[in-house]
Amino acid sequence: MTTMPQIDLAGAGVQPATAVAKPKVVARDVNVHYGEKHALHNVSIDIPEQAVTAFIGPSGCGKSTFLRCINRMNDTIASCRVTGRIELDGEDIYDRSLDVVQLRARVGMVFQKPNPFPKSIYENVAYGPRIHGLAQSKAELDEIVERSLKRASLFEEVKDRLDAPGTGLSGGQQQRLCIARAIAVSPEVILMDEPCSALDPIATARIEELIDELRENYTIVIVTHSMQQAARVSQRTAFFHLGKLVEQGPTEHIFTTPEDKRTQDYITGRFG
Amino acid sequence: MTDLAAPLTRASGAGLSPDAARARIRRRYRAEARFRLYGMLAVGFAALMLVVLIADVVNKAWPAFFETRVRLGVTPTLEQVSTDGKLERTSLMGGDYDAVLRTSLQELFPGVKDRASRRKLFNDLLSTGASAAVRERVLADPSLVGKTFTVPALLDDAADLYFKGLMTGRSERGGRGTLIPSATTGEITLTSTADDFSADLADTKRALAATARSLRREAERLLRSAAALPAGDERARLEQQAAEIVAQAADKEQRLAATGGAEPLDASEPSKLVVLDGGIIKLTSLGTNEATGIVLAPLASTQPAAAGSWKVVTLDQPEANRKLGDQQIAWLEQLRDKGLVERAFATRFFTSGDSREPEQAGILGGLVGSALTMLVTLVLCLPVGVGAAIYLEEFAPKNRLTDLVEVNINNLAAVPSIVFGLLGLAVFLNFFGLPRSAPLVGGLVLALLVLPTIIIASRAALKAVPPSIREGALGIGASHQQAVFHHVLPLAMPGIMTGTIIGMAHALGETAPLLLIGMVAFIVDVPAAVTDAATVLPVQIFLWSDLPEAAFQAKTAGAIIVLLVFLFIMNGVAILLRRRFERRW
Ligand SMILES: Nc1ncnc2c1ncn2[C@@H]1O[C@H](COP(=O)(O)OP(=O)(O)O)[C@@H](O)[C@H]1O
Ligand SMILES: [Mg+2]
Repeated sequence: MTTMPQIDLAGAGVQPATAVAKPKVVARDVNVHYGEKHALHNVSIDIPEQAVTAFIGPSGCGKSTFLRCINRMNDTIASCRVTGRIELDGEDIYDRSLDVVQLRARVGMVFQKPNPFPKSIYENVAYGPRIHGLAQSKAELDEIVERSLKRASLFEEVKDRLDAPGTGLSGGQQQRLCIARAIAVSPEVILMDEPCSALDPIATARIEELIDELRENYTIVIVTHSMQQAARVSQRTAFFHLGKLVEQGPTEHIFTTPEDKRTQDYITGRFG
Repeated sequence: MTDLAAPLTRASGAGLSPDAARARIRRRYRAEARFRLYGMLAVGFAALMLVVLIADVVNKAWPAFFETRVRLGVTPTLEQVSTDGKLERTSLMGGDYDAVLRTSLQELFPGVKDRASRRKLFNDLLSTGASAAVRERVLADPSLVGKTFTVPALLDDAADLYFKGLMTGRSERGGRGTLIPSATTGEITLTSTADDFSADLADTKRALAATARSLRREAERLLRSAAALPAGDERARLEQQAAEIVAQAADKEQRLAATGGAEPLDASEPSKLVVLDGGIIKLTSLGTNEATGIVLAPLASTQPAAAGSWKVVTLDQPEANRKLGDQQIAWLEQLRDKGLVERAFATRFFTSGDSREPEQAGILGGLVGSALTMLVTLVLCLPVGVGAAIYLEEFAPKNRLTDLVEVNINNLAAVPSIVFGLLGLAVFLNFFGLPRSAPLVGGLVLALLVLPTIIIASRAALKAVPPSIREGALGIGASHQQAVFHHVLPLAMPGIMTGTIIGMAHALGETAPLLLIGMVAFIVDVPAAVTDAATVLPVQIFLWSDLPEAAFQAKTAGAIIVLLVFLFIMNGVAILLRRRFERRW
């Protein structure tokens, strides 16, 4: 395939399996029910700042469900009930006084299937800053759009056609546009739910590179069904199975010396 | 097909013999071809029906789009057109412009002397609205008083129908022999040097025979039904009737049998008019080369007319079945022969309101009434309908109450429209006291009718927007409302527009509920405001279709065309709007 991005595990390697030095997101005993169905059981995890955390596990194990708890996207599902505690910078995100719209501006999300708005490339990126009042002038907005597209390493490809529809781009470009759109509102955390599952290997490699670059400025959580991808881009990995968080730790640990039998089986491809 | 199938069978023929696999493929191809054929047949049938329908309506409607006028030279005198002898606008407004036309007609037909005939000449030929043309000219330019100028005078509906060929079939044939009239007026005898009238005689005999046969059949039918009855008054009455009919038939048969003698023509038989030497004679009895008749328009002289210079005009419809007598038709024929009759596009049909006189009735009242009603409907039901749909689809909590609302909206869509009319009558007219026959009330009632359609279509359109768009917006911190109004609604707009248009088109053709709120009244004035009394296109069609005058049949079809065009324009605008919305990707 492509060259594997450098994985920096120097610091993470010596950490104890469950605790991290500077947790950005802290979850404790999170349970999620969809109506009668108990989808997530007592999940507790610390997500470190300015690092990539990967969630892996077989399909239907609750990775997306947990990811969506972090920016409260589950609120939009009527049957969904979340209990437990999730903190962002020590602040309870399920607190009544917290404004969910503000939370989602701080915790951006990129979805499995690229979902640009059916508007121009420019409008796609400018929409977030506009509704949050991040730009005072057109020039400022232009600058935000350009910067976001550059950070999403898309600018060079689209700079001549910012007015073209975002839906006219290729799948990989669309996904990078969605990342630019998320970056444009200056989030602290970016959640990515299998961002490469609809892309070809080359587009995937570009997104992976991008994720590695973005790590410097953002806390990234990525759900992936590809263990290679988790190994390539993440510093920490959490393995979910049947709604439980089975094992978590530095990516290197999980992939080389998994403690749990199920993790081992999954990593060696015995199920999943 | 087979060379295509061969490699396929090898590839996929596991467990099937190549022959069986090939047969399967052929069957599949046949099934597909059959399905395509059914589809084409269905579409073709629908298209054919549409073409037949439109062709029929257009064919019936074309006379409504033309009017017949006679160009009359008029000389309005001051006494006629001015109430007080001044040329002021106010004095000229009340002038007797009918008198101007009457004078002009009398000059054209100097032979018409007695008062009754003169009255007929004016009343039966010209429309009551004909003098408006003179009035307009004079009011626009008072210096015309005393001068001679030509105006196109509108013909009465019956005369108009005659010229359009809708009153009676008309055929003419030139004379073969030299015709000698016995006098110029009164009852005269026409003698031809050839057997010019033998064909007419044969025609008449044939018609007599046919009438006699059908009379006999009618009598037999009566006798049969009488035989089935028990003896009594009823039976006697039927037998009596049959006997009378038999007597009539016998009379006709007797006339048939009589050879050589002159054959009388009466009003129940096709009229024959002889046009000769500037005059017109209506034939009353026929021989082979001799005929007698009554002069309807005096001849210039008793000079013999050479072959080809005279003609016989046959009017298929007997005089008794016509609104216009032979005398009036003779006048019309003369006007035509003088080249004064013209046919023009009937702008009047589009620029005037309803009228009791078919030739003056126009569609504008209904058109404006429909436009105003649609406006009220749209203004009311678009915001309310779309708002309700957005609320129910996106914001309302899902509970018993909203379920109930949803069920009832669906129920409402199925309520017969007349019920909405009753509701309008009870609530808007009787309770709120809104004006009767007004587009405002019509619009309110139709808005109620259309509302469920718009809500259901809008909800479907909102539901069809992919959830990923909504999530994308929420994912970058748009509020629920922002996500809906910035992203979901614009994407749903084409669907909402389609639903709205279907609803509006439905409302445009709606008649029953409007009858109940009084929009069925006869209204001459074109409405200027939504509170004015008005009617709408479908009601106008309904009203006209019910009128006895033949001319209104064409008007009815014309109004249907106007309604269809209105509908097409509305749909066209909607499609344009939808395209605009869609182009915003
Ligand atoms: N909207 C929903 N309603 C009901 N059940 C759901 C819903 N979304 C997910 N689930 C269930 O929750 C479980 C976890 O799903 P998910 O988090 O999507 O798994 P994955 O790890 O594949 O992302 C699955 O069993 C799924 O059926
Ligand atoms: Mg998932």
